[in-house]
Amino acid sequence: MSEPVAPVLPVRRRGPLAVGAVVLLAAVLLGLTLGPAGLDPSKVLRSMVGLSGGLDATGQTILFEIRLPRVVLGALVGASLALAGAAYQGVFRNPLADPYLLGVAAGAGLGATLALAGGLPRIWIAPLAFVGGLAAVGVTYLLGRSVGGRTTTSLILAGVAVSAFATAAQTFLLQRRVEVLREVYSWILGRLTTVGWGEVVGVAPYALVAGAVVIGSGRLLDVLRLGDEEAASLGVRVDRVRLAVVAAATLATGAAVSVSGLIGFVGIIVPHTIRLVFGWSYRVIVPLSALFGAGFLVFADLMARTLISPAELPIGVVTAFLGAPFFVLVLRTMGRSP
Amino acid sequence: MIRWESVTVAYNGSLRLGPFDLHAADGEWVGLIGPNGAGKSTMLKAAVGLVEHAGTVRVRDGNRRPGLDFAWMPQRPAMPEHMTVAEYVMLGRSPHIGYLSSESERDRAVVSDALERLDLTRFAHRTLATLSGGEAQRAVLARAVAQEAPVLLLDEPTASLDLGHAVEVLEVVEDLRRESGLTVVTAIHDLTLAARFCDRLVLLSGGTVAAQGGSGEVLTEEVLRPHYGASVTVVHGPDGPAVLPRRIGT
Repeated sequence: MSEPVAPVLPVRRRGPLAVGAVVLLAAVLLGLTLGPAGLDPSKVLRSMVGLSGGLDATGQTILFEIRLPRVVLGALVGASLALAGAAYQGVFRNPLADPYLLGVAAGAGLGATLALAGGLPRIWIAPLAFVGGLAAVGVTYLLGRSVGGRTTTSLILAGVAVSAFATAAQTFLLQRRVEVLREVYSWILGRLTTVGWGEVVGVAPYALVAGAVVIGSGRLLDVLRLGDEEAASLGVRVDRVRLAVVAAATLATGAAVSVSGLIGFVGIIVPHTIRLVFGWSYRVIVPLSALFGAGFLVFADLMARTLISPAELPIGVVTAFLGAPFFVLVLRTMGRSP
Repeated sequence: MIRWESVTVAYNGSLRLGPFDLHAADGEWVGLIGPNGAGKSTMLKAAVGLVEHAGTVRVRDGNRRPGLDFAWMPQRPAMPEHMTVAEYVMLGRSPHIGYLSSESERDRAVVSDALERLDLTRFAHRTLATLSGGEAQRAVLARAVAQEAPVLLLDEPTASLDLGHAVEVLEVVEDLRRESGLTVVTAIHDLTLAARFCDRLVLLSGGTVAAQGGSGEVLTEEVLRPHYGASVTVVHGPDGPAVLPRRIGT
């Protein structure tokens, strides 16, 4: 029996990444062309690359000032949430870890509620949500360290406690100021409304930094699958890697949540679908999560704004409605548990 | 070579293990024996830097470098079920790969070689979940070999194996030691197996060395009885001593 000459192959990434890029591109094109004002796809393409024979002035305004910022924001938020989900699952070796695990969501919710209940101008919602989310994670981290030393379980339990506390504070505020209930609720359900490019500029730096850090740590996340001790014996500085990856993922999540509200499901479903289809190396899972997360959210947003047009569905509802059955389908066809 | 110098480990301030002093020379195979809780695993972990300790551990008379100076094999290694054998063994190259780099041609060649030496080439693309106990243990050894570290620290490498597979795994370690001049320190429960394979046995009690020497010196009823509680009979066969348990009260 002849043995294969080279049994050790490099990680295969190009094929899956190409698939992810095509999916994202298709979602972006659909997102740019479909909507209340139908735009001709070929004209959209011509305008995008600056060729003659593109859209007229109105069409140009719709494309560049309304659709494009929204699609780009959707892509950035989707990429951030899915990437953060993959990062948390890797770092905590917990398949149920999601970007909201350490209290980002509850903290951001409390921040947004404070802004609305305090009668601040709407422009304050995003910054306060961002600060609230990061503050909650900071408290979670300090609490987890003080009670449990180095274990990840204590960190996750601290996240549960901080989330419960922030949610209780939020509920208390809402009881006192019932008139903002509807607004807070609609923020919690998530939406991708944009006013020009402001939100995109606010989220992009965090998404890019998080992408670089987490994608760069993909190989180390694979070593971490052996557990803290074995990873440390292989020269990995486990605490540092965990801190860097969690900090990057949390910043990106905080930024995403501050402009889009709480869009659930993306951070869990996208990385798990990729695992089932493309394998278990974080070197593949992390970059693909960013691509597919971006494509998935652009597509979900398209549904949110066209299904009951001219009204809009909350995008969090769409991600769950689309995501849950799709995930079950993937689970059944692949016949494996995540 | 590896040297423990006055290593002590404290748990919650109360339980203290050590001080432990041991020197294992280049190419030597030292077996750490002793009852549960004697500190065998703890002293191996202290060497790797996984538990806080006082005292120093030196490798080649320099300070230790995690991952490069020794390969550590825990009692129950993590075996991510979906990982292939080749991917798993490649993790052993981790200390040699920079933070943002990925594995080089040489890393792949070293892994191929490690698979070949542990007779795992045909399993390269199988997932870890499909391996038998003996095959899995060989995969862990292949990962350790891929580390190319001069010192091998093995924590109960045969604990979950039947006698045949236990001997097979220890023979593999012996081959590796001979071919590459590795220093091997093994925590091992089975005293008879320890006697067959180790150059020197070190009996631990409370983290300190209670007795050491060749199997003939350490594996005697007088030396073992105070530490193991149970009565034992030491039988001398053609291949060396064998330790047999004796029922209490008989």
